Amino acid sequence: MAYLTINNLHKRFDDHVVVHDFNMSIEQGEFVTFLGPSGCGKTTVLRMIAGFETPTSGRICVGGEDITQQAAQKRGIGMVFQSYALFPNMNVTQNIGFGLKMRKCPADDIKRKVAEVIKLVELTGKENHYPHELSGGQRQRVALARALVVEPRILLLDEPLSALDARIRKNLREQIRDIQRRLGLTTIFVTHDQEEALTMSDRIFVMNQGRVEQEGRAEIVYTEPATEFVARFMGNYNLLGAADTNRLLGLNISGHLAIRPESIHVLDGHSQQDGTLAGTIRQHQLLGNIIRYQIESAGITLQVDRLNRTASDLMPAGTEVRLQISRDDMREVR
Amino acid sequence: MKSTSRLGAWVAIAIGTLYFVLPLIATFEFSLKMNRDGYSFEAYKVVLADPGFQATFGYSTLMAVLTIIVGILLVVPTAYWIQLKLPRLRPLVEFITLLPLVIPAIVIVFGYLKLYNSSSWLPLTGNERATDLLLMCSYVTLALPYLYRSVDAGLRAIDVRTLTEAAESLGASWPSILLQVIFPNVKSAILSGAFLTFAVVIGEFTMASLLGRPAFGPYLQLIGANRAYEPSALAIIAFMVTWASMGLIQVFARNARPARKTA
Repeated sequence: MAYLTINNLHKRFDDHVVVHDFNMSIEQGEFVTFLGPSGCGKTTVLRMIAGFETPTSGRICVGGEDITQQAAQKRGIGMVFQSYALFPNMNVTQNIGFGLKMRKCPADDIKRKVAEVIKLVELTGKENHYPHELSGGQRQRVALARALVVEPRILLLDEPLSALDARIRKNLREQIRDIQRRLGLTTIFVTHDQEEALTMSDRIFVMNQGRVEQEGRAEIVYTEPATEFVARFMGNYNLLGAADTNRLLGLNISGHLAIRPESIHVLDGHSQQDGTLAGTIRQHQLLGNIIRYQIESAGITLQVDRLNRTASDLMPAGTEVRLQISRDDMREVR
Repeated sequence: MKSTSRLGAWVAIAIGTLYFVLPLIATFEFSLKMNRDGYSFEAYKVVLADPGFQATFGYSTLMAVLTIIVGILLVVPTAYWIQLKLPRLRPLVEFITLLPLVIPAIVIVFGYLKLYNSSSWLPLTGNERATDLLLMCSYVTLALPYLYRSVDAGLRAIDVRTLTEAAESLGASWPSILLQVIFPNVKSAILSGAFLTFAVVIGEFTMASLLGRPAFGPYLQLIGANRAYEPSALAIIAFMVTWASMGLIQVFARNARPARKTA
């Protein structure tokens, strides 16, 4: 039986339905991500799990216990906020120990547990610092420590890395994942960043307009998008409508065809290989380890990624090429 | 052009300063003239030694402290709840808290006398302690515009919702959230409101006079009507109390840690 189950969760604010019929189940120790654009309902679902919003209908159960109407204080669910939400009047030790103090733990236990978790999040030496004396990354680690020290049944992370710069974000996401694995903590992470979702999650729920568009293992969601929305959101997929697909590839489909940019092979313009398409490079973007080309073929512009191995790999605009796309790399989406 | 406008500004400041400071200097100078043979603090000695001064100042100080305590207990949870759960009611509450500035104190106190006179269903003017209670409540009403605005501004400077939710997720009860998370973070705003309240209550005349209580305001009026130099000394003392309150507001505002939404 799943550890966290959500059945037919529905949330309406006045006339506006924010979450439609949301269903999910999570196993203990799993790291799940709600991925989607702003306003898709992912944070609202998280807030309903935390107990900060009451569902219009539906049921939330943790470990077989129905917590739908339970007060947030009694749920034993930890939360890390995007804005850190550290108590400005308390130093690092007091912030982290707050939850234990509320649970009336003995002072010695609080001291020991706080010291352990400070070590875990690598904040040794900052014990007496106040939040305004810490950097963004340090504040978020205090917030994480504060949520972890009370040993929550489920840890909720509401876009915890969004306010941080790229380097700190990368370090912190590795640290969060490492701690989550070590503690075997059931975790739900909310983000609009597909890279974050792919690197951290066991499973991803892609959300759009209050509904789950697709749910599955990270690699599956990326390589096998179920809908046009997921294909657009997860990567720089080339999405071809039925008419374009027919014109370019001679295939008859009803929805859209999604082709990943890295799955299109660029061959020499003089190549005589069967099943290839003629194309002309219109422009390119250097993205570090890859070069992204805009290649026009049959009047349709395709994005194509190639590894940036040497400077001589770069093909200038106007170069005639042949494109090879395997049928296995084409995916029909709704 | 720029130097002309700067000169104009300095002239305006000078006129304004003179308008405010000259009467004070004159009052102070007059208060030092009680002894015919030169300047002295005789008027201050007389005033400070007067049992009437000690009694009324002590009474008003006590009333101010009680007003502040009751006002804080009323305003902080109200402003917090409005911010957290009932933001739609904010305009209504702001309107209500502004009413004491619009309705003259004499109207309010006549209303009280009508409602709570000795033959009413709640005869708060029937004995001294009950009248003290009524006076304190009326001071709370008078202080509402200052106290509510200070506290509301303090609450807006922190992210009340997220701090509350963070505390809730850590298992904190509502009293713990208010006392350990919200109060400490709006402390300087509460103190600002408290000092304003203190200054208002110390000098208040109408309500204390009409309710017949021995407060500092009626004492000031009594001395002013019967003595020559002592009223000037009292006026300067009253100003000093007000200035001390304002100075303390500045001190606490400056000592408050840098404003942050949620740190």
